Amino acid sequence: MRVVLPAHLRNLARVHGEVKVDVDGAVTQRSVLDALEGDFPMLVGTIRDGVTKKRRAFVRFFACEEDLSHESPDAALPERVASGAEPFLVIGAMAGG
Amino acid sequence: MSGVRVLVGTRKGAFILTSDGKREKWDVSGPHFAGWEIYHVAGSPAAPDRLYASQSSGWFGQVLQRSDDGGKSWEPVGNQFVYDGVPGTHQWYDGTQRPWEFARVWHLEPSPNDPDSVLAGVQDAALFSSNDGGRNWQELSGLRNHDTGPSWQPGAGGLCLHTILLDPVDPERMFVAISAAGVLRTDDGGKSWKRINRGLKSGELPDPDADVGHCVHKLAMHPSRPQTLFMQKHWDVMRTDDAGDNWYEISGDLPTDFGFTIDVHAHEPETVYVIPIKSDSEHYVHEGKMRVYRSRTGGNEWEPLTKGLPQENCYVDVLRDAMAVDSLDSCGIYFGTTGGQVYASADAGDTWAPIVRDLPPVLSVEVQTLP
Repeated sequence: MRVVLPAHLRNLARVHGEVKVDVDGAVTQRSVLDALEGDFPMLVGTIRDGVTKKRRAFVRFFACEEDLSHESPDAALPERVASGAEPFLVIGAMAGG
Repeated sequence: MSGVRVLVGTRKGAFILTSDGKREKWDVSGPHFAGWEIYHVAGSPAAPDRLYASQSSGWFGQVLQRSDDGGKSWEPVGNQFVYDGVPGTHQWYDGTQRPWEFARVWHLEPSPNDPDSVLAGVQDAALFSSNDGGRNWQELSGLRNHDTGPSWQPGAGGLCLHTILLDPVDPERMFVAISAAGVLRTDDGGKSWKRINRGLKSGELPDPDADVGHCVHKLAMHPSRPQTLFMQKHWDVMRTDDAGDNWYEISGDLPTDFGFTIDVHAHEPETVYVIPIKSDSEHYVHEGKMRVYRSRTGGNEWEPLTKGLPQENCYVDVLRDAMAVDSLDSCGIYFGTTGGQVYASADAGDTWAPIVRDLPPVLSVEVQTLP
């Protein structure tokens, strides 16, 4: 699984470029983020709430040119994401003037 | 030779400014955590190279950083601030009730004795404690569960707990200030709290001398006199000599008594500093002049300190946590502005010079006096 983080979270996790994570079982938003936070515990609470696991309001999830932010966290991600052909994108929502 | 380390939090990162005891030449390190809002950076009195930093973002929430080498390197620690029990509600701007919701850490107060113990004042107003170097946080919920809690309402900056003062003599006593609830004191280590707002008058309230609802901007204490506190309220500079049981006004001859920050000279408990701001609708210094006002009489009689500070076309603000003092023999005073300047005086305010001029807007300034 390939995950692209926004610059601030790459800096926080001290990584460059894409992150690769291993997901056991179904590839969903939840399983990807569980694996990501397992590898990089400093990201807990920055993408989704640390307790409720709800996506933070100004964070979006894109993949395969689709906005998946409002999909169920337990819905299967596109096959091309699961296979590693396409990355799962964590995006800081556009804001500002 | 002794020196100082100035810890600066800004809208876009943290900066660490260091100098020797002369305080003439400065090294500037940063930005640390570039692009993030750094509400506060504080050092442990028990282990000065242990620093804590509150890093936050509207996108990615709260991160708590810790350093054990004076800010050369940092490690993210715990960022789970979960209110104790069922959080309940507080008053919202429109008068309706709204659930308590954690937003950010405004202020960090490390223990004077234990580098791993630190308190955090947060928005929505609550007090959290960590005893493991910031990895895990527990709410001291006696404060938020005070019977006036549901009536607390946010000031313009949010319902924030921004000031924590520890009594240096009585370890069970501390003071907190909340905008816009007022001041509360505990005498049992945070289990129970007493509101201490008698004497405060706020024209913004339907009952100007109400027990709760005052927009207290900052408190300061000299460690040798823990019964005496100084306060910059929304309007009014105030003082108490009985640990908050009664307050009286000391604005005296200030040109305006609106402001955010206040502090006390390290060696002279009756020497107080404020930076008057024009008004609550014009958040910049009065008359376009940057003037620190000093009282050597514990208030009422104030002198402007201007030497080295801009005296024309200056329209910046100085926020509540953005002034601090060092404890060298000749007391140093420091403050940062929303224009990104950090000014220092090595002679108790008589003369000033900028350390840096063009940082992002400064949110907080703390000073460590190093051996």
